Amino acid sequence: MAAYLSIEQVSIEFPTPNGPFKALEDVSLKIDKGEFVSLIGHSGCGKSTVLNIVAGLHQATRGGVILDGKEVNSPGAERAVVFQNHSLLPWLSCYDNVRLAVDTVFGKTMDKQERHDWTMHNLKLVHMEHAARKRPNEISGGMKQRIGIARALAMKPKVLLMDEPFGALDALTRAHLQDSLMEIQTDLNNTVIMITHDVDEAVLLSDRIVMMTNGPAATIGEVLHVDLARPRERLELADQADYNHYRAEVLTFLHKRHKHPAAA
Amino acid sequence: MTTRILSFMESYGLSWFVPFFKLFSGKDPVNQLKAIFASIGVPVLAFLAFLLLWDLGAKQVETSLGTLPGPAQVMEQAENLWAEHKAELAKEDAFYARQQIRNDAKLAKDPTAEVKWRTYNGRATFIDQIFTSLITVFVGFLIASAIAIPLGILCGLNQTVYSAVNPLIQIFKPVSPLAWLPIVTMVVSAVYVSNDPAFPKSFITSAITVTLCCLWPTLINTAVGVSSIDKDLINVSRVLQLGWWRKIYKIVLPSSIPMVFTGLRLSLGVGWMVLIAAEMLAQNPGLGKFVWDEFQNGSSNSLGRIMVAVFAIGLIGYVLDRLMLSMQKMVSWDKNAILR
Repeated sequence: MAAYLSIEQVSIEFPTPNGPFKALEDVSLKIDKGEFVSLIGHSGCGKSTVLNIVAGLHQATRGGVILDGKEVNSPGAERAVVFQNHSLLPWLSCYDNVRLAVDTVFGKTMDKQERHDWTMHNLKLVHMEHAARKRPNEISGGMKQRIGIARALAMKPKVLLMDEPFGALDALTRAHLQDSLMEIQTDLNNTVIMITHDVDEAVLLSDRIVMMTNGPAATIGEVLHVDLARPRERLELADQADYNHYRAEVLTFLHKRHKHPAAA
Repeated sequence: MTTRILSFMESYGLSWFVPFFKLFSGKDPVNQLKAIFASIGVPVLAFLAFLLLWDLGAKQVETSLGTLPGPAQVMEQAENLWAEHKAELAKEDAFYARQQIRNDAKLAKDPTAEVKWRTYNGRATFIDQIFTSLITVFVGFLIASAIAIPLGILCGLNQTVYSAVNPLIQIFKPVSPLAWLPIVTMVVSAVYVSNDPAFPKSFITSAITVTLCCLWPTLINTAVGVSSIDKDLINVSRVLQLGWWRKIYKIVLPSSIPMVFTGLRLSLGVGWMVLIAAEMLAQNPGLGKFVWDEFQNGSSNSLGRIMVAVFAIGLIGYVLDRLMLSMQKMVSWDKNAILR
C-alpha cells in the first residue's frame, strides 16, 4: 500500500547571483496516516525548505510530494501550516483569526452557527476560549502560538505542518505547549510533520525522528523510530533508559557525525 | 468611565484636551497645569512673540498699497469680511422674502398665474469662497485617491506593474500645478462641452489640477505599504487559499492602511496647497480667486484681506491634516503606533 504522504526524491535549487544553490538533494520520506514525524538538523540544513515544499509554498526542482494519492503543487488548506512566529493577523481578534480560516475552508459546507461552534471548539482545544475577543498583541507569545495551532487545526488538515512552532518560546511555555499538543494528538491523531532543533522536543513528541545532514545539498541522514509508549509523561521519561538512549542517538548524530560547519 | 473618555481622546486626536479633562475632574491640579502650560502655554507664547515681531516688522515696509498690514489691521479685515458675509446673507434672505410675498400675492389674485422663482445671484463672500475651495479640493482629492489607492495596491503586489508605473511617477511627481493648468484648461474646454454644465469649467479645471498633483504621495505610499507586508502573512493567505479579493480585503488593505493614510495625508496637504494656485489661474471662485481679485483690486485694504486669506488657508490646511490623522487613528488596528 502506498504511504499516506510521500516525499519522493525531492531536490531544490535556488537561483543566486553566483549560480544555482542546491539546498536539498534527493530527499525521500514516507509518512503514514496519524504518524508524528520530526525533522531535526542544524540551522540552514533545509528543514524548513522541506516543510515549505510539502506546504506547496516552494516548488521542488526535481521530485515531488504526493498526499493521499494526489500530487502537491500549490498551497492548500489540507496542509495547514503553523508558522514559527505565529503569523496571526494583528488586526483581527483571536476568534476572527481562527474564524477566517474556518470561513475560508468550510464556507460552503457549514452554516454560520456551525462555523462559530467549530471556531470555538478549536479555541477550547488549545485552552484559549477566554482570549477569543483579544487581539494578538494583547496576549503572550505562547498564547499566540496556541491560536496559531487552533487556526491550523480548525482547517481539518490531512497533514499538519509545524515550522519550529515552539522555537521562539521560553522553556516553560514550550513545555506547556508540548503537553497541550500531545493531549490534542491523543484525541485527533493527526498526521504531523514538525520541524525542531530541540532534541528533547523531538524525542518526546515524535513517532519518528528524521535527522538531516548539513547543507548545501542536504538530505536525510538517518531516521530514528521512537518506540515509547503513549501517553508520554515528561517527568517519567526523564529517568527511562529508552528515552535517554534515543536522546543520545540524536545528539550523537547532530554533534559527532554531522557537526555544524560553522561550529567546527 | 474616566479612563474610557481619556483613551477615546488619545486615540481620536484630542490629546491636547486630556490635561483639561483631568484638571476638571480634580486630578493632581499642579501637574495638570504644568501639562497645560507645556502643551498650550508654550505655543501661545511663541505665537504672541510672532505677532509682536510681525507688528514691528510690518510697520517698516511701505508698499504702493500703503504700509504692510500688522496683526491689528488683519484682524479688522477679518471682521469686515465676516460682516460682509452676514450682510450678504441678510440681503439674500430679504430677496427671497420679497419674492415670496410678491408671488403669493400674484397667486392669491389668480391661482393659475405663472410665477417666476429666481435664485439670488449675489456676490460670493469670503466664507462662500472657503466652501468652494473645500469642495474643489475634496473632489480633486477623492478622484486622486480613487485612482492612486487601487493603482498603488497593484504596484505593491506586482513587481512588473511597479516597474512599468515607476518612471511615470518619478517624472510627473515634481511637476508644478502651474505647468499642468494650461493643459488641463484646454483639455477641459475641448472635452467638457455642454450647454447646461452641471459644474463650471473653472471648477473642473481646478479639481483635475489638484488630482494630478496629489495622486503621487498616495500612490507611492500605498505601493510601499503593500509591498512591505510581512511575507508570512502572504504565506498565510496562500495556505488559506484566499481568493484575490479576499486577500486584498482581509490581508493587504488592513496591513497597509497606516502607509495608505500617510500617503493620503500628504496628498491632501499637497492638494490644498496646489488648489490656491490652480484657482488663481482657473478663476474658480474659491480662496485662490479671492487672493487674486484682492491683488488686482489694489485697495488699501487688499493686503490685509489677503493676509486673512493666508491665515484661513493655513488654519484650514491644519484642520484637514488633523481630521485625516483622526481618521487614520480610527481605522488603524495598531493603536499603540505613535502617529503625529
